[in-house]
Amino acid sequence: MIYLKLFYEFAKIGLFSVGGGLATLPFLKSLGTDTGWFTPADLANMLAVSESTPGAIGVNMATYVGFRVASIPGAVCATLGLITPCVAVILIVAHMLKRFQQNRFVKNAFYALRPASTGLIASAGMGVAAIAILTLDKFSQTGNLLDVVDWRALVLAAALFFAMRKIKWHPVVFIGISAVIGVLFHFGS
Amino acid sequence: MSEFFDLFFTFSRIGVLTFGGGYAMLPILQREVVETKKWVNDDELTDYYAIGQCTPGIIAVNTATFIGCRRKGIAGGIVATLGLVFPALIIITAIAAFLQNFAELRVVKDAFAAVRVCVCVLILNAVIKLGKNSIKDRFTLLIFFCITLLAFFTDLSPILWVVLAAVAGILVKGGKHE
Repeated sequence: MIYLKLFYEFAKIGLFSVGGGLATLPFLKSLGTDTGWFTPADLANMLAVSESTPGAIGVNMATYVGFRVASIPGAVCATLGLITPCVAVILIVAHMLKRFQQNRFVKNAFYALRPASTGLIASAGMGVAAIAILTLDKFSQTGNLLDVVDWRALVLAAALFFAMRKIKWHPVVFIGISAVIGVLFHFGS
Repeated sequence: MSEFFDLFFTFSRIGVLTFGGGYAMLPILQREVVETKKWVNDDELTDYYAIGQCTPGIIAVNTATFIGCRRKGIAGGIVATLGLVFPALIIITAIAAFLQNFAELRVVKDAFAAVRVCVCVLILNAVIKLGKNSIKDRFTLLIFFCITLLAFFTDLSPILWVVLAAVAGILVKGGKHE
């Protein structure tokens, strides 16, 4: 039953992702590998769409994946799956607000959970970089070290990195600019 | 009943107005929930946000559940959360349906190839920003590097790394206060 599986998989993600929308990324990457529902390239595209549309990134990602796998009912099941554990945990915690916040075991667990979550996001980012900037399949064919990296992509990445440091525009603007550059310079080929 | 409608539509509006999730949502929450509706005050909102960050799940969802729960108990928490995710459900479904039909076009492929590069940089920036808050000493730095490498080079579920990190935090820091 695909709908139950979507609900269950996203409930797990909702329960174990700590620290906001991007924290769902490593879980989604592993879900894509296990189920074959989407490729890492699909995932990067979904992330771009989720960042460029209104709403919480994690919710957008769940809706997108759910729709890709099983159309509109799939989108609903994945989204409800994602939010169910969050709602349950908060409804429990809401009754013991202060005690929860000051509990030393909770504090110490989160002291280590936050860098772990950052590390998980970093590893997911490396996964995206491997398909967006590296061209390992070309390298394995030619054996030429210069073919390891897609140089145009690397230049674009460096330019974007420095532009984002200087100009505090919303990410959606940079995503839009990148799309235009991609079309003008035929990044897909 | 009208209060439930109010919760649903207020959080729907917040969902539509927020671009980029969790952290981008705080100023909009402040305007809608604190200044316009006066449902909670600034201090309470900051508290909820802090708790949203240290409970599992999506921060925006956690905060919506919290405020809804404060207003109207469990049903209120559920209604506010459904309001928050409702616009995303419609917008994303429309975009996903559109892209499914046009994904093979050359222009879409070219655009997304470059957009993926942009996504890498956005993730890198997020890691730098999160790292500044989460990596505080040698122990947290060690956790960061171990989890990054383990998650990248093995195919094990991230759930394992999350649980291990939580256990490591409790074992290493013990019952001590920070």
